[in-house]
Amino acid sequence: MATAEFRVSARKALADPELRANFRRAMDGLMSRRADLFARAGDWAGLRALGAAARLRALARLPELLERLEAKLVERGVRVHWAETVEQGNAIVGDILRRRGARLVVKGKSMVSEEMHLNHFLEGEGIEVLEADLGEYIIQLDHETPSHIIMPAIHKNRRQIAKLFFERIKGARYSEEVDELTALARAVLREKFERADAGISGVNFAVAETGTLVLVENEGNGRLCTTVPPVHIALMGIEKVIERLDQVPALLALLTRSATGQPITGYVNMITGPRRAGEKDGPDEMHLVILDNGRTRVYADAELRDVLRCIRCGACMNHCPVYTRVGGHAYPGTYPGPIGKILMPQMLGLEKVGDLPHASALCEACTEICPVAIPIGDILVRLRREGTRADSRAVQGAGARRSAFESLVWSAWAAIYATPVLYRPMVWTLTRLGGLLPRGLPGLRDWMRVRARPRFARRSLHELARRAGLPDA
Amino acid sequence: MPERPAAVYYFGTCLADLFFPEAGMAGIRLLRAQGVEVIYPRGQSCCGQPAYSAGRTEEARRVATAQLGLFPRDLPIVVPSGSCAGMMRAHYHALFAGTQDAAAADRVAARVIELTQFLVDVIGLKPRDLGPPITVAWHGSCHAMRLMGVGDQPKLLLRELANVTLVEVARERECCGFGGVFSVRQPEISSAMATDKADAVVATGAEALISGDCGCLLNIGGVLAKRGERVRPMHIAEFLWERTRGDG
Ligand code: SF4
Repeated sequence: MATAEFRVSARKALADPELRANFRRAMDGLMSRRADLFARAGDWAGLRALGAAARLRALARLPELLERLEAKLVERGVRVHWAETVEQGNAIVGDILRRRGARLVVKGKSMVSEEMHLNHFLEGEGIEVLEADLGEYIIQLDHETPSHIIMPAIHKNRRQIAKLFFERIKGARYSEEVDELTALARAVLREKFERADAGISGVNFAVAETGTLVLVENEGNGRLCTTVPPVHIALMGIEKVIERLDQVPALLALLTRSATGQPITGYVNMITGPRRAGEKDGPDEMHLVILDNGRTRVYADAELRDVLRCIRCGACMNHCPVYTRVGGHAYPGTYPGPIGKILMPQMLGLEKVGDLPHASALCEACTEICPVAIPIGDILVRLRREGTRADSRAVQGAGARRSAFESLVWSAWAAIYATPVLYRPMVWTLTRLGGLLPRGLPGLRDWMRVRARPRFARRSLHELARRAGLPDA
Repeated sequence: MPERPAAVYYFGTCLADLFFPEAGMAGIRLLRAQGVEVIYPRGQSCCGQPAYSAGRTEEARRVATAQLGLFPRDLPIVVPSGSCAGMMRAHYHALFAGTQDAAAADRVAARVIELTQFLVDVIGLKPRDLGPPITVAWHGSCHAMRLMGVGDQPKLLLRELANVTLVEVARERECCGFGGVFSVRQPEISSAMATDKADAVVATGAEALISGDCGCLLNIGGVLAKRGERVRPMHIAEFLWERTRGDG
């Protein structure tokens, strides 16, 4: 059972002061930018209600909307592929590229491609993949995975990036100036765009009504990936669909404000198919790969389904006191932070990452700011519960965290606390004998590494209340 | 403002019972000083939150069930903890949904109110300060803010006190890292959070750290005590009582 893993990787991250400083600084900035934009509470509440309603409605009719989306896209000449597993998804992308004899692919930001480990797969097929998003490019140079779903290289500070570019980009001179670093990366990327045989991108929203794929970005690389190469392959999870075009403005406003504290991104791409006769640019072949990868199972449970509302804004990470301290690489799987804690156990199984839902103080900071009002705290509790239930089929690996010792402790606790004639004497005794908590208590040693040993009071509140003559009923 | 009731139920919480009984009593005294009769049901123990948040739903329900019958009259249930109040108010419905106690649980949940909410929103308390000058910092608990919707009430009370200077803790809405079983399951992260919070509190130069939740006080106070800091952790009820001695 790999259940101690998060604790181990978190411990490592906590011991890295530079990493912690990088995340703290970055998350503080993101939080305050978002807060400034949502300063008027009315705006926020109204927008959030709209966004949540749009996502809920989409999920309520998910199968139907996916069919409509497919029909619309096919009508416009887009080829739509369904992948149940990441292996199938990779095979589909591999086939398309092989048929076109593609050697070089440029790729915009896509978390679904991270789920698929697509780069790794394509490189195995002898196809060069170049990440075109600046953050993704940085981590690709350093052979890393994203540490944040919106800002994949947020774990690095400017100095670290300067050093990386200097070491890995041929002919680069050392500079810590943001503009110079950006220009450096841009020069490399522009040259590749012109030679690329295909472009791969993610999808932020797929509109069923019109067959529109909405893609937001700030650098223009997404637009290049989807228009310059002769083939464009878009990747999305089944939950990305929404019903109507008029739902896009509210969702976009929520997404960009929550993600980066921007009222709107530099680019908003609305893609409706490959190049048509007479059009100047656009690919001549376009594909959409729709990935399941465990989402149907998530969908099947009415409560867990709420996880699929997620619009991948990353705000829950930015506001998470745990994420802020350990960073994204401490988390197993593709999605870190609160969304990862409620999604990864369902994708990877509780037997593998059943400790994740426990790695939260349930402070609800994420629930408070989630733009589509996902009850993240409640789902964390639900997954904790699933971990102890062998009779459940809702989540893979349910019951994997059952421990006879813990069960015993909780039943004893419940028996005492539900029975006044047991509870009151226990409290009386602890206040009389205890003073300090007994050293052998589970967890107390860890507690006391940074804290003093808790002290029982000399007289309980029950006793004081009785002495004060308070009525009982 | 809702009408002021002649009497309230008081749910003291298990943490106050064992660790902070004076804070629990101070809440009672504040209420009585305002002419509100306080009923303290002897059968009370715990709202069930420790088990609930550990995913031990059955055990949580068992303990919560034992509390449901303690508040038969239609009176507010005042809780000197945003976290326990939040458990009852926000989670009892789901915890009892589909059980024979569902209706009873909803009736309890609807009447639960956190102490400072009651003092400000229902009583309109304007405490009169009798104490010497002091600088204090406030820490609001996550569940008070996010489950109970406690907003400015605690600070309004503190600002009423003429000789009290209230200073803000950096990142004041960030969790202190207690989280009940979380502090045992993820002790390193919990400790890092508690340490950061204690640092931020010390940096304010405050002489006392006031909070409305015993869990936070146990946690942050534990760090302060271990380091021998001079900041005194104190529940807001106890602080208010000490400053006013019923003269509010
Ligand atoms: S769970 Fe909510 S806050 Fe987190 S990424 Fe998804 S939409 Fe954003």
